[in-house]
Amino acid sequence: MALVEIRDVHKTFGKVEVLKGVSLDVEEGEIVTIIGRSGSGKSTLLRCINALESVDSGEIRVEGERVHAKMPDLKKFRQRVGIVFQAFNLFPHLKVERNITLAPLLTGRTEKAKARALAEDVLTRVGLADKIDAWPEQLSGGQQQRVAIARCLAMAPHLMLFDEVTSALDPELVGEVLKVMEAMAKQGMTMILVTHEMGFARNVADRIVFMHQGRVWEQGPPAKLFANPETPELASFIASAK
Amino acid sequence: MNFLPLWRYQNQLIDGAIVTLELTVISAVCGLLIGVAGAVALNGHITPLRWLVRGYIELFRNTPSLIQLFIVFFVLPNFGLKLPAFEAASVALSLYFGAYSVEIIRAGLDSIPRNQVEAGQCLGLSGWQVFRHIVLPPALRNAYPAVTSQFVLLLLGTSLASQVATDELFHVAGFIESRTYRSFEVYAVICVVYFAMAMSFKALFAIIGAAAFRWPRRR
Repeated sequence: MALVEIRDVHKTFGKVEVLKGVSLDVEEGEIVTIIGRSGSGKSTLLRCINALESVDSGEIRVEGERVHAKMPDLKKFRQRVGIVFQAFNLFPHLKVERNITLAPLLTGRTEKAKARALAEDVLTRVGLADKIDAWPEQLSGGQQQRVAIARCLAMAPHLMLFDEVTSALDPELVGEVLKVMEAMAKQGMTMILVTHEMGFARNVADRIVFMHQGRVWEQGPPAKLFANPETPELASFIASAK
Repeated sequence: MNFLPLWRYQNQLIDGAIVTLELTVISAVCGLLIGVAGAVALNGHITPLRWLVRGYIELFRNTPSLIQLFIVFFVLPNFGLKLPAFEAASVALSLYFGAYSVEIIRAGLDSIPRNQVEAGQCLGLSGWQVFRHIVLPPALRNAYPAVTSQFVLLLLGTSLASQVATDELFHVAGFIESRTYRSFEVYAVICVVYFAMAMSFKALFAIIGAAAFRWPRRR
């Protein structure tokens, strides 16, 4: 059984059908990168996977459990699926440590005495152990995004979703975030990324999924997909992304 | 001009000022609780409740506070709710302050970006936990300046309670005036007292604000 099973998912916003029957499986430990033009439905699909958006028809299962906004154990489910956003979304009124430990403490995953050690541990994994007492506003964009990743890691998720996590960063800060993600990939984390970083997609992903007009247009291992795109849409996308 | 005849009334003046402070603080605390609850209700999904809160706000913000006080003190007893003057004034002023607080706090809540809520939800927090730990603190910071200036208006507005014979500062002044016929002097003195109280509160709020909201502002 795949960790994530997406079957014929449709999603409409107002009159616009954003997802027109998407099916996709992601195996445990797999790194899947979703690419495509803006408006192709990539981010919407990602948001459906952790029930930030509900699907109109079709179904999404994560670890066999059907995902929807009214699922009884939505909170528990979300503790298992981490998501990192384009805009970091750190809590500006909490120091880095508290940003990380808030959810583990409130959900009972950790106790007060061990919280700081937990924060230190996940911050070390993103290379920011020295920033534990900083305010988010005192950090660069790249550092904020790494704290956001650490905040997810503190919940020990089984699956991580990344929604264009480098798009809001200055070019010189992109590398440090990608490096952290690459390290996570090596440690066996299951990851689904929406990204415009073609280099990263090519080097780290096990599989590339090209979405176009609300459908999975083409997918496969990066080497094959980038070298021999089967569809003219993917070929022109790769050409324009270079 | 002669302030000397007022000297023997200093204890009454101090007591009056204390009653004014009590009235202000009680009404402010109750009003703020109304404000938070009302703001949550206005942002909620229960339509009749939203209408109720909306009606309450419009009613209390568009009618004279003095009449609101009279209704609580003179009219409610006809319906079996008979309150002493101080309590009646506290209720009326709480409702008055609450009506303004709802709008101020709602604006504060609305100023928190949606993605903060999503980030909290995605960490597996409950709706209440997201509100309490993620939305409310920055919302209160954004609402704080408006709350403090509304608080000063409330402090000055407590003088209305004199009209139902609450022994607050303004009522005490009226009493002293009737005894001494020193109108200008009496009202000049309590004016200074009001001014000093208002300025002290502003200084206090600045200190509280600096202590409570220590995180750096967005650049």
